[in-house]
Amino acid sequence: MSELTMKQSGLATFLGRLGRSTLRGCEQLGDATMLGLHALSLIFSKPWQGKHFIIQLYALGVGSLAIIVITGAFTGMVLALQGYYTLAKFGSESLLGAGVGMSIIRELGPVLGAFMIIGRAGSSITAEIGIMRVTEQTDALEMMAVNPKRRILLPRIVAVILAVPLLVAIFDVVGIGTGYIVGVELLGVNPGAYMAELVAKISMHDIYGGWVKSVVFGFLIGMICTYMGYRAVPTTEGVAQATTQAVVISSVCVLIIDYILTSFFL
Amino acid sequence: MIRAEKLSKRFGDVAALSPTDVHIQSGAITAIMGGSGSGKTTLLRLLAGLEKPSTGHIWYGDEDLCTISDKRLYQIRESMGMLFQYSALLNSLNVYDNVAFPLHEHTDLDEAVIRTMVSMKLEQVGLRGFEHLMPSELSGGMAKRVAFARAIAMDPKIVFFDEPTSGLDPISAGVISTLIKDTSTKNRMTSIVVTHDVPAGLSIADHIILLWQGRIIAEGSPDEIRHSTDERVQQFLEGRPDGPIPFSRSTTSYIDDLTHKPGTVRLES
Repeated sequence: MSELTMKQSGLATFLGRLGRSTLRGCEQLGDATMLGLHALSLIFSKPWQGKHFIIQLYALGVGSLAIIVITGAFTGMVLALQGYYTLAKFGSESLLGAGVGMSIIRELGPVLGAFMIIGRAGSSITAEIGIMRVTEQTDALEMMAVNPKRRILLPRIVAVILAVPLLVAIFDVVGIGTGYIVGVELLGVNPGAYMAELVAKISMHDIYGGWVKSVVFGFLIGMICTYMGYRAVPTTEGVAQATTQAVVISSVCVLIIDYILTSFFL
Repeated sequence: MIRAEKLSKRFGDVAALSPTDVHIQSGAITAIMGGSGSGKTTLLRLLAGLEKPSTGHIWYGDEDLCTISDKRLYQIRESMGMLFQYSALLNSLNVYDNVAFPLHEHTDLDEAVIRTMVSMKLEQVGLRGFEHLMPSELSGGMAKRVAFARAIAMDPKIVFFDEPTSGLDPISAGVISTLIKDTSTKNRMTSIVVTHDVPAGLSIADHIILLWQGRIIAEGSPDEIRHSTDERVQQFLEGRPDGPIPFSRSTTSYIDDLTHKPGTVRLES
């Protein structure tokens, strides 16, 4: 076979693989969207899943509280240190409050908060649903005339959509609070200037932007993590793979969507 | 009566079940028997509506399970129960809540009434007093009995049993077989039992369907099956390694594989 023919064959193989991967990706995206929307549509019909929603909200929301508080606290502290170091070069330490607040509310709160929730709650959702598939618990629900999409997927998706904005709000408050402690108490920034700049520079538009991001991220995490668990190959390895994929795909999607939303809210 | 016509199922290139006609008599125990990989569980899952067939129809009375709406399917399932091979108890619920689950979901009964009903079902399976235990604290036999109690909690008309005695000690297996026989007779339940436990199948079933490689090779009463002249049936019943049903599922010659595959030892003649 000539060198040219081999190169052409290699290119054809590469394009073939790329095409198949793209098609498979599109197929999965469509399937995930249909599954998630189907589960969400069941919210309007009986039997209501209020009790199960509260249980999930508690497990996912309250269960993620500690990690959110810790992450928020250290993010605020690091931002204050780094911000002070940079602003001091220009003699603008008084802007520290605005810098910390703006960074956390607009960007770091929703994104880092979402990452932490993916790691803590998203992975557990995928693994739990995957194990239910492996052990035929979803089939058992089907045979007991209980729709697993309504019973398992719906409460988790709704709980994540609600929990993410609430946890991000806590992240923001804790981050700004620890930023204040480091900036004012440790580095000697004027407390009045810190608070005045924080209040003056952060508008409702910034808060709204952060809130919209957190709701969208919650929706994404809920859809992706439930989908990966529900469609996991029903083996131990399949569940492990699905859990890893759920974390990776959710995280990448959060970053991509973050860029798109940021460009809208600038 | 449950009736399946030209029912088949393929998973990719693998034909798990070739086009098959099945008739399940109401109020009787039908055992679906056969070796591993013969398509028993696939047939059971198709009949229960847990899998969509590649071809064919499944009739429950005059309703085709393959074309009815999800809503109607769930309505029909309220009169069904199923015992899964690995019990499939809900991990997050204790024994009481597992057995009470269908009652909580589909009835408005007072909790005191549900408690009594659960107690009755657990007494039937000999596990009254174990309500507080979680599935992880149960042995395989106990989990199967709890799953049995859950399957009959709603006094269903049809119950599917997937390998109810597999992995159990002889006493637990005997208890489960007796429970299936007694409950089906007393409640006039239609029971469909998938098993490769020959003595259990022959002793409890009114009707036996014997599968091999996704096809029905024999059908009839336990006596008819016992006296079948089909060599494959006799080999299966007696558990003989030699006969028309080969033990090895490989389609290529072992010696050819050893001598012709690169990287393997060359055998010189």
